[in-house]
Amino acid sequence: MNIKAFWRDIRVLKILAQAIFVIVLALAAGYLYLNVTANLARQGLTVGYGFMKNPASFGIGESFIPYDPSNTYGRALLVGLVNTLVVSTLGIVLTTIIGVLAGVARLSSNWLINRFAAAYVGLIRNTPLLLQLMFWYFGVIIQLPSVRQAIKLPGPIYLTQRGVYMVWAEGTTTFPAWRVYLILAFLSIFIIWFALRSVGKRASVPLSPWWNLAYLLIPLTIIGLGALLQPELPLKPFIPELVGLNFKGGVRLTPEFAALLFGLVVYTGAFIAEIVRAGIQAVAKGQVEAARSLGLTNGQTLRLIVFPQALRIMVPPITSQYLNLAKNSSLAIAIGYPDLFSIAGTIFNQTGAALEIIMIMMLSYLSMSLFTSLLMNIYNNRIQLVER
Amino acid sequence: MRKLFPLFSLVVFTSLVLAACGTPVAATPVTVEVTRIVTAEAQAAGVASPTAAAGGEATPTAAPAAAPVAGGERLQAVMDRGKVICGAHGTFQGFGFVDSAGNWTGFDVDFCRAWAAALFNDANAVEFRGLSAQERFTALQSGEVDVLSRNSTWTFGRDGELGLTFGPVTFYDGQAIMVKKEIVDDPAAGLDALEGANVCVQSGTTTELNLADQFRAAGVNYTPVVFEDQNAAFQAYDEGRCDAITSDRSQLATQGQAVLKNFADHVILDLVMSKEPLAPAVAQGDDKWADVVHWVVYGMIQAEELGITSENVDTFLTSEDPVVRRLLGVEGELGSKIGLSNDFIYRAIKLVGNYGEVYERNLATYNLARGQNELWTNGGLMYAPPFR
Repeated sequence: MNIKAFWRDIRVLKILAQAIFVIVLALAAGYLYLNVTANLARQGLTVGYGFMKNPASFGIGESFIPYDPSNTYGRALLVGLVNTLVVSTLGIVLTTIIGVLAGVARLSSNWLINRFAAAYVGLIRNTPLLLQLMFWYFGVIIQLPSVRQAIKLPGPIYLTQRGVYMVWAEGTTTFPAWRVYLILAFLSIFIIWFALRSVGKRASVPLSPWWNLAYLLIPLTIIGLGALLQPELPLKPFIPELVGLNFKGGVRLTPEFAALLFGLVVYTGAFIAEIVRAGIQAVAKGQVEAARSLGLTNGQTLRLIVFPQALRIMVPPITSQYLNLAKNSSLAIAIGYPDLFSIAGTIFNQTGAALEIIMIMMLSYLSMSLFTSLLMNIYNNRIQLVER
Repeated sequence: MRKLFPLFSLVVFTSLVLAACGTPVAATPVTVEVTRIVTAEAQAAGVASPTAAAGGEATPTAAPAAAPVAGGERLQAVMDRGKVICGAHGTFQGFGFVDSAGNWTGFDVDFCRAWAAALFNDANAVEFRGLSAQERFTALQSGEVDVLSRNSTWTFGRDGELGLTFGPVTFYDGQAIMVKKEIVDDPAAGLDALEGANVCVQSGTTTELNLADQFRAAGVNYTPVVFEDQNAAFQAYDEGRCDAITSDRSQLATQGQAVLKNFADHVILDLVMSKEPLAPAVAQGDDKWADVVHWVVYGMIQAEELGITSENVDTFLTSEDPVVRRLLGVEGELGSKIGLSNDFIYRAIKLVGNYGEVYERNLATYNLARGQNELWTNGGLMYAPPFR
C-alpha cells in the first residue's frame, strides 16, 4: 500500500468536506447568537418567557376555547393556535374533495365540465392568494345584506355580512345523563368493526356491502333510544333570532373564518387538481384498457384500477400542498381572522418580546408541519407497492 | 438518514430557543465584551468633542458598567450620513401620507423635516420609511430608523420595556369611537348603547387594549374584529361588517373624511376612552440625539408662543428681546451645547414653520379643533420649557 497524500484520498476528502460544512454552519449559528445577545445587551433588553403569565387584556373576536381579556398571554396564544388548527384541518379536508373533483373533471370527456375545470385551475393558480382572500372577504362576503335585511334560507339559515347563522342544538337538563348513550354509540362502532371483520374472515364469500349500514343504524338506534328514555328530550333546537344589533343563538360562521376557509380551499384545490390530473395520467394506458376488457364500468375502473396506482404518485406532492395550506393560513391577518400569526403579532407589539414570540411562532408552525408530514408519510408508506 | 432530518432540524430549533431563553452563564461574558466596546467609543467621543468635555459629561474614568448611557453615536451617525432616517406612517392622511406624486406630507412628517432643517439647514435631508404599527418599534430598536414620528402613543410599557425614549408630546389625542347614525344618533351616548356590537379595530395598537378595558369596565359585551391595516378596518366598517370603529379621535376624523363613503352618516361619540399622547420616539442609549429631537419640537412650540412664523422669522433676527435672540441663536450658544449650529431653531422655523403652522397646514382641512393642542397661554397643554 503506497502512501498517498491525504488530500488526494477521496475517502478523507468526503469526510473533510462534511466536517467543514458542519463547522461553517456552527460558526454561522454562533455568530447569529452572539449578534443577537450583543444587540439585546446594548439596548438593555432582556429575553425571557415571563410575560406569558401576564394578563393579555385584549379581546379576541372568535375562539374555539373559552377566553376573555383577563386570561394570560399564553392562553391568548393558545386561542390563536387552536383557531389556526381548526381552519387548517377543515381546509385540508375540503380542499382534498374539491381538488380531486376538479382533477377528475379536467380529464372528463364532457366538454363543458372539462373546460370549466380548466378555467378554474387556470384562474386560481395564477393569481396571488392574498388578492383572492381580499376578494372573498371585501368583494363577496362583506357585500352580503346587513343583519336586518338578512337573506333567509329554509332551515332557517340566515346569510348576512356578519356571517352565516344556522340552527344548532342546545342541551337541556337531561343532556348530562344522555351523554352515556353517546359514549356507548361511539364504542359500538368499534364493536361492529371487530364483529364484521371476524365474520368476514370465516365466510366463504365476501360479505355484502349492505352490512356497512350497521355502522350508521346501530349507533343511531342507541342514541335515539337513550333520548326517548329521558323524561325530557336532551336536545332542543337553538334558533338564531335578531336581538338588538345582531343575531343571537344558533351557530355562526363568521365572515372572516368563512372567507379564509373558502379562499384557502379554493386556492389549494386548484393545485391539488393538477396533481390529481397528473397522477391519473401517469397510470399506464394499458391498465385502463385491461380493466375495460374485463368488463369493469367507468367508475369501477377509476376506483379500483386507476386511483390506487395514481395515489402512490399523488401523495407526496399533495402533502406539500397540505403544508402550504396550513402555512398560508397566516394570511388571515389581512382579513381580520384571529389566527396564531395575528394574535402573536398583537402580543409581540404589546410586550415587545419580538424574539420570544417569533420563536414560538416558528416552533408552532414547524411542529404543525412536521406532524402533518409524519401522518402523510405513514399513509404514503402504507399505499406504496409492497415487493415480496 | 432522511428520516433523521426532521429530528435534526427540531434539535437545531430547540437549541436555538434554549439559547434565546438565555443561559446566564453563557451570556454574561458577552455582555461584558459589549459594554467595553461602548465605553471605548464613548470615551473617544468625549475626547473628540470639546463641548462635551467642557460640559463635563463624559469623564474618562467612568466605570465600565455605567457606560451605555453616554451615547452620542446616533447623533454622530446622523451627522456623518447627512440626512435623518425617519420612520413615518405612509397611509394616514393628515399625519403621514405619501401622495400620488410620491411626496411625503402630514403633521408627523413635518417634524421629520424640522429635524432635518435644524441639523442640515435642508428640510429635504430626510429619508422616510413607511412603517406599519407592528414594525415601528422594532425598526427603532434595530437602528433602522433614527427617529420615529408616526402617531405613536407614549406609554410606560413602551418607554420601559421596549427600550425607547419618547419626546415631547406633539399631539394630545384620545381614543374615541365612531358609530353609524342609524345605530346611535346621540354623540353623548355611553358605551351601553353598544351592547353586543361588533367593533372594528387595528391590531398592534394601544387602542385594542383600551377597547377591551373600557368595555370590560362598563360591563358591555362586544366582539372585536381586528385588522392589521387601518384602511382595511375602515373599509370593513364602511361596508357594515362592524357597528362601530375605534381609534384615536384624530384618525377617526381624518380617515373618516378621506375613506368613508359618506362621513355625514356617522357620528363620533363624545366619550373619551383613553389618553393618547402622541410623541416622537428614539431608541434609548443616546441622550444627545434625544436632546436634539426634543428641543427642536420645543423650539417650534416656543416660536408659536412668541409669534414667530416661517414668514416673519427674519424680522425677528433684529429683535431686542433676549428670549427671541437666544431662541433664534442670535445670542448665546444654546445650539452648540447639544452639538448643533446655534441657529438650529431658526432653520427649523424658516424651512418648516412653527408648531401652529404645521398644525394648520396639515390638519385644518379636517376640522380638527386645536383643543388640548392649543398653547398653554390659550388654555391648551402645549408648553415648552424655557430656552436659556
